Amino acid sequence: MASILTNLFDGVAYGMLLFVLACGLAVTLGLMNFVNLAHGAFAMAGGYICAVLVNNSGWPFFAGLPLAFVGSAAIGVALERTLYRHLYRRSHLDQVLFSIGLVFMSVAAVDYIMGSSRVFIKLPAALEGQINLFGVGIGRYRLMIVVICGLLTLALQLILAKTRFGSRLRAAVDDPRAAIGLGINVPQVFAFTFAFGCGLAGLGGALSAEILGLDPYFPLKFMIYFLIVVTVGGSSSITGPFLASLLLGIADVAGKYYVPKVGPFVIYTVMIVILLWRPNGLFGRTAAR
Amino acid sequence: MFNRRRILLWGAASAVLPGLCASVPAWAEDSVKIGLILPMTGGQASTGKQIDNAIKLYMQQKGDTVAGKKIEIILKDDAAVPDNTKRLAQELIVNDKVNFIAGFGVTPAALAAAPLATQAKIPEVVMAAGTSIITERSPYIVRTSFTLAQSSTIIGDWAVKNGIKKVATLTSDYAPGNDALTFFKQHFTAGGGEIVEEVKVPLANPDFAPFLQRMKDAKPDAMFVFVPAGQGGNFMKQYAERGLDKSGIKVIGPGDVMDDDLLNNMGDAALGAVTAHLYSAAHPSAMNKDFVAAYKKAYGNRPGFMAVSGYDGIHLIYEALKKTGGATDGDKLIEAMKGMKWESPRGPVSIDPETRDIVQNIYIRKVEKVDGELYNVEFATFEAVKDSGKTKK
Repeated sequence: MASILTNLFDGVAYGMLLFVLACGLAVTLGLMNFVNLAHGAFAMAGGYICAVLVNNSGWPFFAGLPLAFVGSAAIGVALERTLYRHLYRRSHLDQVLFSIGLVFMSVAAVDYIMGSSRVFIKLPAALEGQINLFGVGIGRYRLMIVVICGLLTLALQLILAKTRFGSRLRAAVDDPRAAIGLGINVPQVFAFTFAFGCGLAGLGGALSAEILGLDPYFPLKFMIYFLIVVTVGGSSSITGPFLASLLLGIADVAGKYYVPKVGPFVIYTVMIVILLWRPNGLFGRTAAR
Repeated sequence: MFNRRRILLWGAASAVLPGLCASVPAWAEDSVKIGLILPMTGGQASTGKQIDNAIKLYMQQKGDTVAGKKIEIILKDDAAVPDNTKRLAQELIVNDKVNFIAGFGVTPAALAAAPLATQAKIPEVVMAAGTSIITERSPYIVRTSFTLAQSSTIIGDWAVKNGIKKVATLTSDYAPGNDALTFFKQHFTAGGGEIVEEVKVPLANPDFAPFLQRMKDAKPDAMFVFVPAGQGGNFMKQYAERGLDKSGIKVIGPGDVMDDDLLNNMGDAALGAVTAHLYSAAHPSAMNKDFVAAYKKAYGNRPGFMAVSGYDGIHLIYEALKKTGGATDGDKLIEAMKGMKWESPRGPVSIDPETRDIVQNIYIRKVEKVDGELYNVEFATFEAVKDSGKTKK
């Protein structure tokens, strides 16, 4: 029983991590209709920013995390203003080719600057080890991930549903022309949203270094996971990818624990079954455009 | 711009020139060319960098002339992709007319070049890749690194003799991981040990949590681990996070997981891990102390087992050339290399005349803190270990 709960907890933590890493992609892909395969590159940037600040400049880990967010968001804004915005109206194929090129450039650049070996972020002692709760082993670091990601999800949902900015974004997405007519600065809203998505990816990258590992190949290695989350969850809301991440995280951990021989394939099987059942993802609506 | 006459002229020239060069062999006689194919980028880049560094260091120390010939290294990056390796080996042999091909970060790369070495009749000196079959693929292959069988069988024997009865295994699901597992299992169970759990981890596995939980629930005395060098750090951190170190489950395995290159980054979680391997930067010989000091001075970090394999690889090439008096005939060089014995920073080594594979001491080491840094400290030696992957036949 205890190991079931431990696995469940590990699965939730892994799923939450996937969500923070991928939800920015859900925003760009689903809300802005832009195929940004370079999403992982922003996650990697966040990871390296946090690693450099914590390991080389002696910042505390919890100060490194928000800076990973801000740094990746800043890179996001810079690239959105200079490169990405020219591609909003181009075909999806152009967007794919452009963003995959960006991935290769980021891999080469990080390999050149930071070296190709794996980087570990120095953690405070308080985050190491497990807490034993009624016989269930709960990793402190994973608990922190669950807390941070849980709060983030709530905040995101509130921003999208309740704030003025949320309604502007939804309006800009649903009908950009009418939104412009109503005086909404659509390019600005998009730029801000894109940067926010990149920032989330960066935070995810910093959080995931401990569990997934951080090296220059990060964006290529995890691209498939981001895409699975977004396709299974459907890309038109935040709830979809969130539930998909949880489902995939739990299924992945359970599969690897209970049937280790076929464990790695469980996540793909789940994806295929869900997509056969609901081709637009769990919460996808048929494309309006 | 390109009129037909000019193209014809170039065509004619390029057809005649190689013929001219071949008819005047004296031109090529003053230098010996070594085509070094290594992964300098990509996931295996640390292997390539260590070997390249070690070879440069050796040539600084011993000079770049042997038996009156100047040694010339041509370094190519294959990023550990076998298709690249094959193409680069071909270019080196055909265009650059190299006398040796050397390096090879991973098994598929070494295998991809094997038929070319046979065809061109030039030695292929393997300095990293570690599966048993490699030297059987061409009579021109000589290896100065190791085989996984060497270290995995030794740790299996050591474990049963030292009170470890039940072992759970966690290995990466690819050729070297499966080699390590098979050889360990054979020796461990033959000695009376029991495998209580066997898990193969996919190569592209992000999170070890579920596998480690399975290990923990199996309650073994120790877990046998082989994961590719880069993943070792992540593995050890999660091993500690889950409290496996505190529940008394030791880590044992071949030494790849505890490479000197990565050891310091793993943190105290790695303390106490017992591995069997060919080399530790803490090997207490005078020669090794000089080697480590020179390497540190030149490159700012300590050498790992890949560096020492590269150092020995270039040494073997130098010695073979000395023996042939500078003659570069492939068959003569291979003959010269067979049975060669020398003192390496890792201890005494020799080339098995039958298999052309390296024969070396395997040390049992434990991770300890020395002067605030983590080191694999050797405490037992198995002498002159051959590759049991071949000797059993």
